[in-house]
Amino acid sequence: MKALSRMRVHFTLTFTRKFMAVLTIRDALNQALREEILRDENVFVMGEEVAEYDGAYKVTRGLWKEFGDKRVVDTPITELGFAAVGVGAAMAGLRPVIEFMTWNFSILAADQIINHAAKMLYMSGGQFKVPIVFRGPNGSAYQVSSQHSQALEAFYANFPGLKVVMPSTAADAKGLLKSAIRDDNPIIFLEQERMYGLKGEVPEDDDFTIPLGVADIKREGTDCTIVARSMTVPLALQAAEQIQKEFDVSVEVIDPRTIKPLDIETIVNSVKKTNRLVVAEESHAFASVGAEISYQIMDKAFDYLDTPVKRLSTAEAPMPYAKNLEEMALPDVAKIVAAVKEVCYL
Amino acid sequence: MSKAATRQKPASKAVKTSTNGTGKTPDKTVSEDFTDFVEVEQAKAEFNSRRASQLVSIKKTDKKLLRDMLYQMVLGRRFEEKCAEVYRMGKIGGFCHLYIGQEAIGVGSMMALKPTDMVITAYRDHVQAIIKGMRPESVMAELYGKSGGCVGGKGGSMHMFSKELEFYGGHGIVGGQIGVGTGMAYSAKYKNSGQVVMCFFGEAAVNQGMFHESLNMAQLWKLPCIYICENNQYGMGTSQERAMSSRSIAKKAEAFEMANEFVDGMDVMAVREATMRAIERARKDGSPTLLEIRAYRFMGHSMSDPGNYRTRDEIKKYQERDPIVLFGDSLKEAKIFGSKDFEKIESEAVEAVARAVKFADESPFPDESALYTHVYA
Amino acid sequence: MPKLSPTMEEGQIARWVKNEGDNYDSGETLAEVDTDKATMEMTALSGGTLLKILKGAGDTALLGEAIAIIGKAGEDISALLAETASNGSPKAEPPASADGKVATATEDTEETDKATAKTERPVSEHAVASIPRPPTRESQSNGRLIVSPIAARMAAENAIDLKTVTGTGPNGRIIKRDIETALEGGGQPSAASQEPSRIFTPSTVVGASAYTDENTSKMRQIIASRLAESIGPIPTFYLTIEIEMDNTLELRKQVNTSVSEDQKISVNDIVVKAAAMSLIKHSFANASYQDKTIRFYQQADIGVAVAIDEGLITPVIRGANLKGFLEISAEIKDLAAKARAKKLQPEEYTGATFSISNLGMFGIKEFTAIINPPEAGILAVGGAAPTPVVRDGEIVVRNVMNVTMSCDHRVIDGATGAKFLQTFKQMLESPGMMLA
Repeated sequence: MKALSRMRVHFTLTFTRKFMAVLTIRDALNQALREEILRDENVFVMGEEVAEYDGAYKVTRGLWKEFGDKRVVDTPITELGFAAVGVGAAMAGLRPVIEFMTWNFSILAADQIINHAAKMLYMSGGQFKVPIVFRGPNGSAYQVSSQHSQALEAFYANFPGLKVVMPSTAADAKGLLKSAIRDDNPIIFLEQERMYGLKGEVPEDDDFTIPLGVADIKREGTDCTIVARSMTVPLALQAAEQIQKEFDVSVEVIDPRTIKPLDIETIVNSVKKTNRLVVAEESHAFASVGAEISYQIMDKAFDYLDTPVKRLSTAEAPMPYAKNLEEMALPDVAKIVAAVKEVCYL
Repeated sequence: MSKAATRQKPASKAVKTSTNGTGKTPDKTVSEDFTDFVEVEQAKAEFNSRRASQLVSIKKTDKKLLRDMLYQMVLGRRFEEKCAEVYRMGKIGGFCHLYIGQEAIGVGSMMALKPTDMVITAYRDHVQAIIKGMRPESVMAELYGKSGGCVGGKGGSMHMFSKELEFYGGHGIVGGQIGVGTGMAYSAKYKNSGQVVMCFFGEAAVNQGMFHESLNMAQLWKLPCIYICENNQYGMGTSQERAMSSRSIAKKAEAFEMANEFVDGMDVMAVREATMRAIERARKDGSPTLLEIRAYRFMGHSMSDPGNYRTRDEIKKYQERDPIVLFGDSLKEAKIFGSKDFEKIESEAVEAVARAVKFADESPFPDESALYTHVYA
Repeated sequence: MPKLSPTMEEGQIARWVKNEGDNYDSGETLAEVDTDKATMEMTALSGGTLLKILKGAGDTALLGEAIAIIGKAGEDISALLAETASNGSPKAEPPASADGKVATATEDTEETDKATAKTERPVSEHAVASIPRPPTRESQSNGRLIVSPIAARMAAENAIDLKTVTGTGPNGRIIKRDIETALEGGGQPSAASQEPSRIFTPSTVVGASAYTDENTSKMRQIIASRLAESIGPIPTFYLTIEIEMDNTLELRKQVNTSVSEDQKISVNDIVVKAAAMSLIKHSFANASYQDKTIRFYQQADIGVAVAIDEGLITPVIRGANLKGFLEISAEIKDLAAKARAKKLQPEEYTGATFSISNLGMFGIKEFTAIINPPEAGILAVGGAAPTPVVRDGEIVVRNVMNVTMSCDHRVIDGATGAKFLQTFKQMLESPGMMLA
């Protein structure tokens, strides 16, 4: 099934190649929201500054002017409250897209996301679906310090009932957001502020979607696998090029795109081929998604490993403000190169 | 959830250890000094005056509806008493919050709704589920954790749901459902469906941020939501006096410029009339209302500790103000029903509860496959 | 006695290449040893002098048992001699203080040349083979081999003794590239080595006769024990099928007209390919009974029985289902030549998933073969001969080949075996199916 879905996506990409547009991730997300608002009258966007202000990061730019108060709703600064409104509205049949100005503020709303949205279907014996997307920028920005620089994917991925999605390209951002809005489950859709301006080709097709739960091989290689997500994907691709040039080592870069459900099969198949795995992530290390992937590789591909899985995460400290300290804390190309060299015994 | 558990603990404990020196705090060793925040004599006077107004309301109301209301109150009482009984037998696990003494609130408010209106509540939800139309069998089987339960044994006491009956569940996080109910009202307004939402919570939930966030949005956006605070005066083991700086909950709505009313929860007809006013506001222009409905905790203590910190005398005084007794006496006085009618209602309720227990006993446990169903849609 | 084959428990000295007192360099052959399957060369891992031979040609030694003493010329070895004389235990460790060493099975795993102990790591995988290895002492100091999972797996699959591999990873961890290096160059016999002379000639004198007592070769012992084992615990049954080979013969003719003389393919090459492809479609035939489990193989590694002077050996065509006729043909030729020269490496004759024995070239029309455990089946292929058959009411002549399959009934049932043979027959009668 997974293979089929991937084929379908590739087919779509090929088929619509002549209708490709080059967009930033920000505009690709905007396009996805616009198309879904047009497609389904039950879709609405709600959050702080999403309407008149055009979005704190301009992801919702122009939508309020086009669709008005009903479909694009400014809220008070009341994260717990508007997350709950989203959950209740979704239970009653709407398909809310709730924007957190940043995911740091979602922690205020965690009761609604974890205790309510994630469990509603289960504890109602399958009666109440919660088709809701919570979205916004996750992870670090530029020198915004401790309370505004957190990557929360592992936190949310720990709870059954939630799906966790993290795009790294403009096409993925659009295709995954559209799938997320059409999905009947609560979705944690994690963007990255540093990446909003990244450009990429995006199919101009109202029905372009990318299925949730299917990883993408961003670069094929034979000697080492890097699993990266969100911000670490472009870093891993740069690292792969550098390693190819300097050491003639061929690195495969896999972007799971959906953290939950995780397409571990694609990663396992890659590791069976390369025998080496580096996980590069922006979250803290302890109990992270990288930790989970490492476990699953040990479980499913132990006999294929030539080296222990290497994980590269953000430092185990709150994010400092000072520029040099912030750079030290975060993963970068040089750190990924060093990790690959280590697992390749270079 | 430990919060909820302690809610079942005897109030005496909290009272005995109260040290905030208001002067009204009873001596910790003398059980006769147990009191609520409503003086017994004052309440009795209220009771007598209410009898007159209840009679007026009764006369305006359809006889069949009155019978249904009394039946639902009696059924709720007998159902919860049976829950206490089978809980002690080990048939029900986990938490089990009973509604005894608060029947007038659920019956008076919910029976003023249309079937298409939505209801959401906290974890003291058995009787409200039944009032919304759920079969007692379905509720009891859920309490038993059986596959015949309303959610197939996955929810238990705190999580009764029925999409068909627009019953959006019992919820276990104090105050969490206030925001969800607000969202349901948002949906009703968005779809212009004409539905109203009735959202129940206890007085302790008022101290949660969610209460204030929700009321703010509901009034700001004119959402058709009726917030019903069932004030039974104790949250967990902590009295309202020890937990809330300003004890008038109804008045708090004024901070949001929201319509509000204080209602005596012993008087089912008073609850009904206040609710009907709130429903009218909601249907007319989507305005929300906050109702503070005061209940007495004259029986609703923990099942393993049935109130031996109070004298028989004290209990008797409370029982005189039992909402079912009050309503029944009024119906007699208005000559709506005779004693045979009451006996019939009583036996119907007892039989319904017996059927529920039989059904729950006979219903199989959920299939093991159910562990992994409904995790994702 | 070093371990020179995966199944070897003892070795027989075929001959000493070096004599007592000879000096030798690293990599030179000291002796040739008959293992259970082949004659292997025992090469020196560092230079030195062969001081004393303890086991002469024809002698057998258990793994780890002392067979000779090596060291520096003129060294006093009396203490070592006394020790090996008094302590015949194969586990005897050489005394740590002695400069002279007893060559034992552990000898070839020791880094005797301190000059190789460089700490630099190679800069790229491609350069590995030519770059000195880091020391492995850390791993050996606590007596434990450190091996990455994939390296362990590759070693097992290729029958490489990990003790003979030097780890280049951290702490001497044996990693994938070490196994790759071992596969590329490890254990190759030197070109100068000679075919060991054979003196066995059967007596033809009638009556009371002179005779020579030859030690039973290790190979013969193994054949005996394996085949006895086979006829005993393995419940075998036999299925025979007739196959019209005219189309296959035509195919072979077509192929052979367009290739050079040394590339020409045999009928057997096509039979191997057809069997391999049929096995992939019938997993029960490509399986092995493992007591508690049945192991199904994913590729068809076909053991092709090759007769050699002393008996037979079955070199393995790995993944024959994936290979073309020319490749299969070339591999069989190569392996058969090696087998006859007794130069087959262990990984070249172990671990088949299924075997084929073809006696067609000896004029055998039909026979049964004995399963080589743990495989579950073997095909006994006779020669194709013109045979009258009835087609559309008329007698016509077709080249018919009889094939008998021996099946391990613990894995293959009559019907599953028959289905396999049907596919096999179809492949050979319509060889185009092998392309389908």
